[in-house]
Amino acid sequence: MKKINGAQAIIKCLKEENVHTIFGFPGGAVIDLYDELLNSDIKHILVRHEQGAVHAADGYARATGEVGVALLTSGPGATNGVTGIATAYCDSIPIVVLTGQVPRALIGNDAFQEVDIVGITRPCTKHNYLVNEPEDLVPTIREAFYLAATGRPGPVLIDLPKDVVASMINFPEKKPIKMQTYQPNYDPHPGQIEKACKAILSAKRPVLYVGGGVILSNSSNEVTELAEKLSVPVTMTLMGLGGFPGTNPLSLGMLGMHGSYASNMAVAKSDLLIAVGARFDDRVTGRLDAFAPHAKIIHIDIDPTSISKNVGVDIPIVADCKAALQGMNTWFDKSADFDPKKSADKHKPWLDQVNEWQDKHPLFYQDAGDIIKPQFVVEKINELTGGDAIITTEVGQNQMWAAQFYKFNKPRHLLTSGGLGTMGYGLPAAIGAKMAFPEATVIDIAGDGSIQMNIQELATAKQWNAPVKVAILNNNYLGMVRQWQELFYNRRYSATPMEVTPDFVELAKAYGAVGLRAKTKAEVEPVIKEALATDNLVIMDFLIEREEGVYPMVPAGKATTEMLLV
Amino acid sequence: MKHTLSVLLLNKPGALSRVTGLFSGRGFNIESLCVAETMDPKVSCLTLVTRGEESIIEQITKQLHKLIDVIKVTDVSEGEFVEREMALIRVKAEAGTRAEVLRVIDIFRGKVVDVSPTSYAVEITGPESKIKAVIDILRPIGIKEIIRTGTIAMARAPKK
Repeated sequence: MKKINGAQAIIKCLKEENVHTIFGFPGGAVIDLYDELLNSDIKHILVRHEQGAVHAADGYARATGEVGVALLTSGPGATNGVTGIATAYCDSIPIVVLTGQVPRALIGNDAFQEVDIVGITRPCTKHNYLVNEPEDLVPTIREAFYLAATGRPGPVLIDLPKDVVASMINFPEKKPIKMQTYQPNYDPHPGQIEKACKAILSAKRPVLYVGGGVILSNSSNEVTELAEKLSVPVTMTLMGLGGFPGTNPLSLGMLGMHGSYASNMAVAKSDLLIAVGARFDDRVTGRLDAFAPHAKIIHIDIDPTSISKNVGVDIPIVADCKAALQGMNTWFDKSADFDPKKSADKHKPWLDQVNEWQDKHPLFYQDAGDIIKPQFVVEKINELTGGDAIITTEVGQNQMWAAQFYKFNKPRHLLTSGGLGTMGYGLPAAIGAKMAFPEATVIDIAGDGSIQMNIQELATAKQWNAPVKVAILNNNYLGMVRQWQELFYNRRYSATPMEVTPDFVELAKAYGAVGLRAKTKAEVEPVIKEALATDNLVIMDFLIEREEGVYPMVPAGKATTEMLLV
Repeated sequence: MKHTLSVLLLNKPGALSRVTGLFSGRGFNIESLCVAETMDPKVSCLTLVTRGEESIIEQITKQLHKLIDVIKVTDVSEGEFVEREMALIRVKAEAGTRAEVLRVIDIFRGKVVDVSPTSYAVEITGPESKIKAVIDILRPIGIKEIIRTGTIAMARAPKK
């Protein structure tokens, strides 16, 4: 067999995995690989900062369900990527990050641009590798893709010493991957499925609590089938939004700290909580001992460590959400004791109660005449895109308003950093999504603080013809922290006023983009329409009510029924 | 409660650090840790003593399992098991106490492994409780240095 060099082997591996687009930034340690990229048809998107490359790969992965790939150089290139990797880790997003490393002979010598990136990323990757032997290169890359995409997905990093990439190797044939130490369990235990279904049959006030696992496992249809078959109300985590249609009458919207009143009340009064691919995060549960105090809990999750981590579970089902939901749907279809009509009748008083909560305390904001309310902007974006756009967000108030007021009807249409809460995620993630779906409308709902954390990626969007739309809800504050200071720190606004903010319209022009500004409510709709109508990259600068808050709000550490409403 | 976990893991660079990093990162405690190659040189066995409520031990076990380099995790303290630790203790041994030190370590079936005009270094093997007992007895005589290995453990074979 003819030997090839490591760089050629890496490209061949990427082709094997059907990788068409990668995001990266070159440097001395990866120059061989970049040279080889010129000989391949893989599209390399040059970013302006390595964090952007990893977020873009992450956005690509979330939008498509495929593994996203980022390529970074050694040292600072790799460390700049760490926030992106941790972001993907917290939200279980499948990405493979290739980092350059100094030649093996120099490792450990404090060489130029050397850093122990495997050591640094050990706690924020699903797994990581330093390729020590040239013959390990190909099997390692294959294993990395396998690990990233299977089980509970996550980021995998491969550190590639420069001399390994330059060495000549045989390219082994691809065989099915079998790992002695890693065998995720996809199939639910039939006994547990039966137990869960029987518990559902006898429940009076059941609630489906849907998390990001439903989206990762592509089981939106299955969860919708189950909810409709049984007439069970559905609440979603931030990561679960779109996993069940937001406009379905059974949808209660999001739960938790900024969840809807009806969601939090329904969970608090429920007698059976069916958690699907959710992990009982503190932003969802509030004070743990007051979370779903009357409910028996069914928990479907592919990761055994998620089960009974924060909240005791009565019926655990360790399985792929899709397989488990299919199992439950089939069980009900076959069961002689089950009839959808009877189930709907049985749950009617409960659904009436839930609807009453919804009617009494819907998501709400006070109109303020000419002044732009951020919620109004999100509602208008929702209306003018028909709820069909891919929305990315930054982190903070912008993220919560997007989650509350955009009605996500489809999975993989909200790309947001839920677990880590990374400001600066939205713009590069939007570019990643746009590269995957050039025809889609992709909008980053941003704040004036967050957008500045990765604003350099405007140049990336421009260079690679990724005309995403950035909607800045500009209050000239770091708004979420300001809101906490208003409520819990006696309005002492320490370091939250953004005393200097660029003129975003002029800034857009500087990047060759279109800049639009709305100062009054009446200008909001024309600005959004114009942004959607142009083929170019657009920044919309909405000057919003400065001290608007996100409500309802459960103060940290309180019970989720202790909501501040407005 | 005290638990003794036996963890089989791939003998790869960084594998141990994944285990210890997991404990420090998640705030689990490690009382002792012992690691060496098994019969299969590709596999290491790590014996780890930790304390915690049942729910914590369950999380520890699951989190260890989740590490890609970990093959198997057994809580040997759930059943019958043998545990051993070794300690090297340098104890003052001057004219008046030399004989007594020898008597004490004889009772505990220890060995003298190094002798100087003023001290003995003794080797003691046994469960943690025995090591503690020896130390308690030798302390009034004057202990200069203690080096302990930490516990290793093996589940007892079924009797039938």
